[in-house]
Amino acid sequence: MRTEQEEIRLMKGNEAIAEAAIRCGCDGYFGYPITPQSEIMETLMDLRPWESTGMVVLQAESETASINMVYGAAGCGKKAMTSSSSPGMSLMQEGLSYIACAELPCVVVNVMRGGPGLGTIQPSQADYYQSVKGGGHGDYKLITLAPASVQEMADFTMLAFELAFKYRNPALILADGIIGQMMEKVVLPPYQARMTEEEIRRKYPWATLGKLRGQKQNIITSLCLLPEEMEAVNLHLQAKYRQVEQNEVRYETLHCDDAEYLIVAFGSTARVCQKAVETAREQGIKVGLLRPITLYPYPSEAIARIAGRGRGVLTVEMSAGQMLDDVRLAVNGAVPVEFFGRLGGIVPAPDEVFEALKTKLIKENV
Amino acid sequence: MNIIDSANLVYRKTPVMTDLTMHYCPGCSHGVVHKLVAEVIDEMDIQDKTIGIAPVGCAVFAYKYIDIDWQQAAHGRAPALATAVKRLLPDRYVFTYQGDGDLAAIGTAETIHACNRGENIVIIFINNGIYGMTGGQMAPTTLDGMKTATSPSGRSVPLNGYPLDMTKLLAELDGTCYVTRQSVHSLGAVRKTKKALRKAFENSMLEKGTSVIEVVSTCNSGWKMTPDESNKWMVENMFPKYPMGDLKDR
Repeated sequence: MRTEQEEIRLMKGNEAIAEAAIRCGCDGYFGYPITPQSEIMETLMDLRPWESTGMVVLQAESETASINMVYGAAGCGKKAMTSSSSPGMSLMQEGLSYIACAELPCVVVNVMRGGPGLGTIQPSQADYYQSVKGGGHGDYKLITLAPASVQEMADFTMLAFELAFKYRNPALILADGIIGQMMEKVVLPPYQARMTEEEIRRKYPWATLGKLRGQKQNIITSLCLLPEEMEAVNLHLQAKYRQVEQNEVRYETLHCDDAEYLIVAFGSTARVCQKAVETAREQGIKVGLLRPITLYPYPSEAIARIAGRGRGVLTVEMSAGQMLDDVRLAVNGAVPVEFFGRLGGIVPAPDEVFEALKTKLIKENV
Repeated sequence: MNIIDSANLVYRKTPVMTDLTMHYCPGCSHGVVHKLVAEVIDEMDIQDKTIGIAPVGCAVFAYKYIDIDWQQAAHGRAPALATAVKRLLPDRYVFTYQGDGDLAAIGTAETIHACNRGENIVIIFINNGIYGMTGGQMAPTTLDGMKTATSPSGRSVPLNGYPLDMTKLLAELDGTCYVTRQSVHSLGAVRKTKKALRKAFENSMLEKGTSVIEVVSTCNSGWKMTPDESNKWMVENMFPKYPMGDLKDR
């Protein structure tokens, strides 16, 4: 079954995450079923990686337990991950705040569905605020990647682990129900070996693997009662976030070189918008598309630069307008920024986006 | 007589304890239980193989006193952390150290499910019937009629429900192998608790399931009594509801 080569398969986004997790040497997955992402744990249970790579897969009693199992595993320097969908992510916010403060690397996948509340199982992007503005208590950030294809579900699983360990910070893959459920061709990466304990001790000397003779004890904690010390912890985190912002911004552009109008959209919405851009171009309207790949750190400079050359920006989301705030902050009043969104699990159609572009943006500029 | 000659040595502080002065109130049971845990780790020679999971509550700083690797959990979540640590490092000794608010209130689900899965971990449960760290509020284990900061007229069953015997509940689960209730108010009790701890740590390598050691404890500050009065009050009032002894040993 195991190969040293890439493999091409047709699979669901959720399945791609499970495959990629095993292939990138993940040590432990801890999860709780919730639609539309249950295939991640189902696929893992089916593939039985504990018999091949030794990866642990465990169904927890709740998302609260899952994220805390991830805490425990990550504290041992292990590659640990969990996945959920919107309501379950709300339960994980406590754990994420602790993990961010304790500076533990881990990967969390959110395959978003419509909310608030129990909402719907249909796709949504309304957890943007929760993902990039904190979510839990305190000042912290999650490195947030937004895949727009099944291929990116696999690629970003690897990338998320890489970034999580590089910065000792939780990394979030923020997908939506479409990306999780749809099937596409995907090139799966070759298998990487899991880290040995010796490797973990060498590379991550903070890991709690047992205090060896002559070494000092390792303590994973987020507690710091003295305010001066807690401020120092916070300043350290903030300095780390500035590094992340400097090094890790990722985005993709389409037809932006001569764009008079710019659409900003992420995830599956960006693919809908791609069609709208093509329609507009066929009619002679110079529209470009910027797709943020990292939602934190956000590609503010690129948006400001491209938008500044044009006449207006349309932000399209499956929400009431959350990323819109960041686009407006980036553009900073240089040109009008308008919004089009569908809510509660409705996916916008390309012609709706094109219509919104014409009515909200282009007409105003005529 | 040369008192530092090993032949003349009658007591030695285990090197698994750090030299830090404890923050616990004089008379508190935590200090004694910490020492027993450290002694068991020392005597079993497993300092390099033991990972402790500290709770939220007075024992949040357990990691300052027992010189091993530690992870400090969110309130009630210690058994979830311990589950993952033990599953990923099966040849390590993994234990949680939790109070009654942590284990029997906010962490009820994590505790029950870790025990029900039969995780090969040790759960040390300090039950003093009160939230000590936050200033003596009512816990799930607070006795009927017991006065606390949030039950100033005494716990009332119609209002607050019954004191929760979590250990009895855990003994019912198929995943637990050893469930015992001990105390540290007398020399004999201290010896028995140490023996129980040793057995629990040994169990964690036998793939028998979860070992739970409840230590019925005093919180003289929270109870607003002297240490001596606390011990007497515990024997007279806590022990009838939480009787000493093994609930399960298989």
